[in-house]
Amino acid sequence: MSDDVVAPVDTAAPATHEPPARDITDGGPDMVQFLDAEGHRVPVTEVNSPYAQYLEDVDGEMLRSLYRDLVLVRRVDAEGHALQRQGELGLWPSLLGQEAAQVGAGRAMRPQDYAFPGYREHGVAWCKGVDPVNLLGMFRGVNHGGWDSNENNFHLYTIVIGNQMLHATGYAMGVQKDGLVGTGDPDRDTAVMAFTGDGGTAQGDYNEALVFSAVAQSPVVFYVQNNHWAISEPNDRQFIIPPYQRARGFGIPGVRVDGNDVLASLAVTRAALDRARGGQGPTLIEAFTYRMGAHTTSDDPTKYRIAAEVDLWKKKDPIDRLRKHLVAEGLGDDEWFGAIDAEADDLAQRIRTACQQMPNPPHEEMFENVYVDEHPLVTRERDEFAAYQASFEED
Amino acid sequence: MTTSAGAQTQAAPAGGQPQEQAPQKMTIAKALNAGMRRAMEADPKVVLLGEDIGKLGGVFRITEGLQKDFGEDRVLDTPLAESGIMGTAVGLALRGYRPVVEIQFDGFVYPAFDQIVSQVAKMHYRSLGHLKLPMVIRIPYGGGIGAVEHHSESNEAYFAHTAGLRVVTAATAEDAYWMMQQAIASDDPVVFYEPKRRYHERGEILLGERAPYGLHDAVVRTQGTDVTLLAYGPMVKTAMIAAQAAETEGRSVEVIDLRSLSPLDVPTILQSVEKTGRAVVVHEAQTYLGMGSELAALIQQEAFYHLEAPVIRVGGYNIPYPPSRHEEVFLPDLDRILDAVDRSLAY
Ligand SMILES: Cc1ncc(C[n+]2csc(CCOP(=O)(O)OP(=O)(O)O)c2C)c(N)n1
Ligand SMILES: [Mg+2]
Repeated sequence: MSDDVVAPVDTAAPATHEPPARDITDGGPDMVQFLDAEGHRVPVTEVNSPYAQYLEDVDGEMLRSLYRDLVLVRRVDAEGHALQRQGELGLWPSLLGQEAAQVGAGRAMRPQDYAFPGYREHGVAWCKGVDPVNLLGMFRGVNHGGWDSNENNFHLYTIVIGNQMLHATGYAMGVQKDGLVGTGDPDRDTAVMAFTGDGGTAQGDYNEALVFSAVAQSPVVFYVQNNHWAISEPNDRQFIIPPYQRARGFGIPGVRVDGNDVLASLAVTRAALDRARGGQGPTLIEAFTYRMGAHTTSDDPTKYRIAAEVDLWKKKDPIDRLRKHLVAEGLGDDEWFGAIDAEADDLAQRIRTACQQMPNPPHEEMFENVYVDEHPLVTRERDEFAAYQASFEED
Repeated sequence: MTTSAGAQTQAAPAGGQPQEQAPQKMTIAKALNAGMRRAMEADPKVVLLGEDIGKLGGVFRITEGLQKDFGEDRVLDTPLAESGIMGTAVGLALRGYRPVVEIQFDGFVYPAFDQIVSQVAKMHYRSLGHLKLPMVIRIPYGGGIGAVEHHSESNEAYFAHTAGLRVVTAATAEDAYWMMQQAIASDDPVVFYEPKRRYHERGEILLGERAPYGLHDAVVRTQGTDVTLLAYGPMVKTAMIAAQAAETEGRSVEVIDLRSLSPLDVPTILQSVEKTGRAVVVHEAQTYLGMGSELAALIQQEAFYHLEAPVIRVGGYNIPYPPSRHEEVFLPDLDRILDAVDRSLAY
């Protein structure tokens, strides 16, 4: 680890009108990478060699299916964005640029592994088998999440920054108590993943989660997508020591991975999940990536960041690099890429139609599920509400 | 530090000298900004803390331009941690600063709840008056904007319930401008609720004049004789529209904008209720143990023999703030207020 990465992060943060003084796309010498921005396999180095074994099963078919996931996830996201622009959704937080970080992590998980997402983890949801249509409800305002987390082991989105880190930690403590770590049975041993952003690392809950999981040695993997912005605040407003280095201070191994490299994200997450399932405790992964779009559809990034920065990151695009790799390896031709794009078109169409047809819930439904058991006040107000509404229909 | 940009957009004179000037029309958002700007010009100890309040000017642009004009020393983009923001504001206040803290949305104040309730509210009391915490906690609040979860809450009752905190809310641009300055000038901590769905409502302000009301005065917005409507924040406008509608049906409704939730302006409230004999309280917050409960208790206790009807509450139903497609029926509206007025008059 060089002095360079120990030094304060992004202190040379860009002034509004000038390009960044140094290459902020450079994750430093500790960053694990297997596929560079040009789509070349990175030679085995001291940094990535511990993870190379986790890619041994990655053959041509697997590479193609990773590519397919990246493209479909980007398309789901683009559709979410478009639906917001057309007034079908109230808000959409785009994952543009973070596809590889999310698909790498999501594909590393086994069905029994549980994910605790923030609000931008559409790619992880996809890999866990959650229908993208389910994600739209809360952004359309018809529910607050609404999917059954236990169906796909994918928890509801959590909007309050940091809260879910502790939930994941506690869930992992439960897994531990259930005796489902270190049994050696790959179908039973279970790990938990918690997702947050660079901004989230400042929150109290995040730091408490690291303390609790370290003490309990619970099977949880913290996955920080460092997309370099927390709305308008760059990394240097959130931390001086980057998250992957800070983990060690909590007693948790930390690793920085190239979040725009799906192979590295996959390998590093697989390794961390293996540790967790094997009973060796938590790991923190910092996926070094970039938020290519606005924070959400409500945000205007021109207020606080320069286009030159975005242009630099465009050259690191996670999908381009895998595509180049597939072409170079003779694993994809125009026809095959065209077929994936056509599949993406169909998916987008299905999402669009389902969103447009998503009915407004009957208003009485807002009184449901406040409590498990009957609560007289809610019951009374529900009945009063129904009578009040009916009084208009009579008129 | 320069103030030139401010001088162009606002005519606020230094030192608060009265100035004969035409009133300016501005939005509540701009008025809040102008109020903070003027307080910052008047007192170098006033500092702003919050998430995204610098370059971005806050997600609602309430602090727009202030970092540019007053510098990063006085307008701090903090790390993303509300307990951290609140706790460091306490420390800054102990060191003689006057922090104005922005909580990005109502639903994100809870990580700071401990600092507010355990420390901010109690410091003066437990130090036997040796320590003061002259801070302002700004909270954009309320619903009606079609937002996702945690962005539409009305949590004023938690803080009004907490002794040691002053709690106010501005419903007009004029109040936004003046109450912000008064809150910053207060030596007690003030929780300042900003009705976010009304941010872009415009109103007239005499920038150079003295504040027309005290920070804790209630104000009669519409005169009436039959029923008193007690409202605050985003509901004041709705209540005034309801009063107009009632007028066309021959009912004279008096609308009182409470402005201050702790303390309450008891004399103004009682004076009106003693005149009308009927009171309806309107707020977005869930009614159970909300401001309406306190007002109902106060009125029945202090004006019992003047009452012609029980005090009626109109508020959010006692469920979590629902998905936004329900909010038009969850939140009090014209019809629900008029219905309550009718019910009150039916006694
Ligand atoms: C407790 C809390 N405070 C404030 C917010 C408002 N908010 C939403 S997203 C965000 C920035 C998050 O940045 P980061 O953790 O880097 O995640 P990213 O959005 O970049 O994925 C903020 C301040 C919130 N959701 N929760
Ligand atoms: Mg971020």
